[in-house]
Amino acid sequence: MNVLFRYANPHEFMRLSGAVLPFIAISTALCFAIGLYLGFSVPPDYQQGTTVTLMFIHVPADVVAELAYGAIAVCSLLSLVWRHPLADIAARAAAPLGALFTALAIITGALWGKPMWGTYWVWDARLTSFLLLLFLYLGYMALWNAMEDETRAARACSILALIGLADIPIIKFSVDWWNTLHQGESIMSGKIATVYLAPLLIMMLGYALLFLTLWMVRIRTAVLERRARTLMREAAS
Amino acid sequence: MNFDMGAYGAYIWPAYGISALAILGAIAWALAAWRRAKAKLAALEKMTPIK
Repeated sequence: MNVLFRYANPHEFMRLSGAVLPFIAISTALCFAIGLYLGFSVPPDYQQGTTVTLMFIHVPADVVAELAYGAIAVCSLLSLVWRHPLADIAARAAAPLGALFTALAIITGALWGKPMWGTYWVWDARLTSFLLLLFLYLGYMALWNAMEDETRAARACSILALIGLADIPIIKFSVDWWNTLHQGESIMSGKIATVYLAPLLIMMLGYALLFLTLWMVRIRTAVLERRARTLMREAAS
Repeated sequence: MNFDMGAYGAYIWPAYGISALAILGAIAWALAAWRRAKAKLAALEKMTPIK
């Protein structure tokens, strides 16, 4: 925990993130280049045909949407328990990115659903719980913007984020608990042929690194904005 | 590489297009905000005497 707090110090974070950010950004670009190259080189699937290529952008967006929420929940816990100011900044910075990946997962999923299921949308447990995740993100961002006192807003948002965390296992296990049109888990159970699994995993890594890159840039931006606000207050007093 | 998606191209290419636009937009938005914040802080630091 001491190590975490050392690097969660805004000054240390700016120094460390500035040093690692170029490497993470380059790794992101490499993953996208390799993942897309492999993704557009796969043979059509015997059931899905060429729509299998949609999996390489749909599944990573889905995974990162949930990952981003997990990141917000961890930061919220750090904020509530240890009142660390960088935790609030980090949680708030992740929310629009999480919302973006959630929307992308829903849109790409719908565009896969139409040719494969015959419909863009069904109110099954997986799709509905995932739509709820988008609303959680939107509600979280709205709450941040609705309260002027940042300390109170951070506290309320942290509580909301931790309550909303219940949606993540519901999304994950919805395909096991209920009869859903959405197919069951297939990565961990080894049901995907290697030719499809390789681009999928590389794209998942690429999306995760993309989130990390953008998240760090947004946290760094928020730290500078906070410094600017402090300077303005000092100048006014 | 094979870009011939057949009849499914009508669903695949919009999905890739929307994803690419959204991702590039998010990158541009994050970088623009960073540059704005950096410029604002630099201007304030110039104006505010160090205590």
